[in-house]
Amino acid sequence: MTLKQTPLNENHRAMGAHLIDFGGWDMPVNYGSQIGEHHQVRHDCGMFDVSHMRVVDIRGKGVREFLRYLLANNVDKLVKPGKALYSCMLLENGGVVDDLIVYFMEEDWFRLVVNAGTADKDLAWMRLQAAGHVKSHPECYAVNESPQSECCAESREKPGTTPTGTMGQEGNPALDIADLPEMAIIAVQGPKAREKLWAAMPGSQKLTESLTPFSGVVVGSMFIARTGYTGEDGFEVMIPAQAAPYFWNSLAAKGVKPCGLGARDTLRLEAGMNLYGQDMDESSTPLEAGLAWTVDLKSGRDFVGKAALLANPPRHQQAGLVLLDRGVLRGHQRVLTAFGEGEITSGTFSPTLEKSIAFARVPNGVQAGDMVQVVVRDKLLAAKVVKYPFVRNGKVLISL
Amino acid sequence: MSNPGNLKYTTSHEWVRTESDGTITVGITHHAQELLGDMVFVENPALGRKLGAGEECAVVESVKAASDVYAPVAGVVAAVNGELESAPEKINADPYGAWMFRMKPDNPADVNGLMDAAAYQAQVDSETH
Repeated sequence: MTLKQTPLNENHRAMGAHLIDFGGWDMPVNYGSQIGEHHQVRHDCGMFDVSHMRVVDIRGKGVREFLRYLLANNVDKLVKPGKALYSCMLLENGGVVDDLIVYFMEEDWFRLVVNAGTADKDLAWMRLQAAGHVKSHPECYAVNESPQSECCAESREKPGTTPTGTMGQEGNPALDIADLPEMAIIAVQGPKAREKLWAAMPGSQKLTESLTPFSGVVVGSMFIARTGYTGEDGFEVMIPAQAAPYFWNSLAAKGVKPCGLGARDTLRLEAGMNLYGQDMDESSTPLEAGLAWTVDLKSGRDFVGKAALLANPPRHQQAGLVLLDRGVLRGHQRVLTAFGEGEITSGTFSPTLEKSIAFARVPNGVQAGDMVQVVVRDKLLAAKVVKYPFVRNGKVLISL
Repeated sequence: MSNPGNLKYTTSHEWVRTESDGTITVGITHHAQELLGDMVFVENPALGRKLGAGEECAVVESVKAASDVYAPVAGVVAAVNGELESAPEKINADPYGAWMFRMKPDNPADVNGLMDAAAYQAQVDSETH
C-alpha cells in the first residue's frame, strides 16, 4: 500500500527524519533522538508536522445548535470568536467516536480538528447526525429569519413544534460539513515557541500576542491558535499545503527544531492527555476515560450519548501510574489492584521524570496513592497510582 | 556505520565476538539500535543460566518499544555488562562497544554457522527495501 504523504514529506526527508508507517501515513517518528526532541520542546521549542489530522469546517445558520447536540462538551462556552474547546463526540451508547478541538470562528462557521485515523468515520457520523437533527429540529435551520429560529433549545422539548422555515434545499444546505484535507497543520511547541514563530513570520506578533491559551485567529489564509498536545505553550498553525514547506523552513531557520511523533507521544502522556484509539475508543465512555471534565451534564441541553451516560455509571476509571521498579510500562500490560485487575492503555518512559509512566484502565475504588502491580513479561513490578498530569510547562507535578 | 568484519551476526540482529579464552561476547547491532531508537532499559540474563540456541534471554527497551535479545548459540552465561543497567543509552552511542553478556558456548564451532558482516548487511538491505 502506498503511504499517504503530508505537504512536508520532502522537508522531513531533507532534514534526516526517520519515517514510519503511522496509520497509513509516511510520518517522522524522530529526527535522530526522540528523547532529545522531547527535552527540546520542554526547555526551548520544537515543531511537529501534524498535517495528517483533518480540519473540518461546518457552516450554516444552525451550526451552533447542531454542535450543542453533536458534542459532549458544550459549545455555548465559546462566546468569543477564535475560542477553542476540547470535546468528545459520542455514540448514542456513550462510546467515544473521536476526541476533537472545536473553534468558534463566526456565528455560522465552526472549525473542528479531528484525528487522522478516524476522520472519514467522523465525517460520516457528523453528516448522519446533521441529517437527523435538521429533520427533527427544522426551526434551528430555518433560512428565513423568524423569532422562533433562535429558540431551538426551548422549542425542542415541546412535541408538535411546527417547522418555521425551509432547510436542506438544493443549493442551500442547512449545514455544510466540509473537510479540508489539503490544509497542513504545524504545531510549534515549547516555552520559546511563540517568540520563535514571531521571528519566523514578520508581522505575526501583533496579530497573535494577545491570544489567550486555547484561542486562535485567522491570519490571511492561515489560522493560528494557541493550542497544542505537549503541555507547553505554543501555537498550532493551519496553513494551505502549498505554503507549508516554506513556512516550515522559515521556522527551522529561526532555530525551531523539527520533532517526530515519538516525542509528541511522550510529551502528551507526561502532560496527561489522552490518545484516541489507546486511552479511549467506541467501547469506553469519556467518564471512564478520565474525561469527565470535558462532558457537560449540567446544562439542560440534549446531546448524542447523554442519556446513556446518565443511565450507566462508569464501569471503570482511568488512573495515572508511575513505575517504581526498573522497566518500562506499555499498553495492554495487566495491572493488579486491591479492587481487581486493570490494563495499561498508554505507557512509556518519561524523559522528564526518568521513570516509566502510564495511563491505566483500573477498577472503581482505586485511588491516588495506592500501590499496584504491573505484569511485565514474567515479573510483577511495583507502581504507584498518581494524579496526572505528570508534567506541565516544564515542571514535574507529581510527587512520589 | 559499517558492521565490523571481525564479528559474526545473527538474523535477529545480535553481534558475536569470539574471545581468546573461548567465550563469546554478545551485543545488538547498529541497525537494531537504530530501529529501536533511544534505549531506556536493559535486562540481562542471570549469570550461570543455561541457554539454548535462539532462546530469548535478554530484553532491550527503547522509548518506543521492547525487543527480545536471543542467545546466538547454546551455552552458559559467563558475564553480564552491569553498566548498561544505569546507562542503557551506551548501546545507541557505541553499539559494538556496549556489549550485553558473555557466554561459554557448549560447542565453540557453532559460532562459525552465524553470518559474516557481508551476509548480515545483505539481510539488513533486504529488510529495509
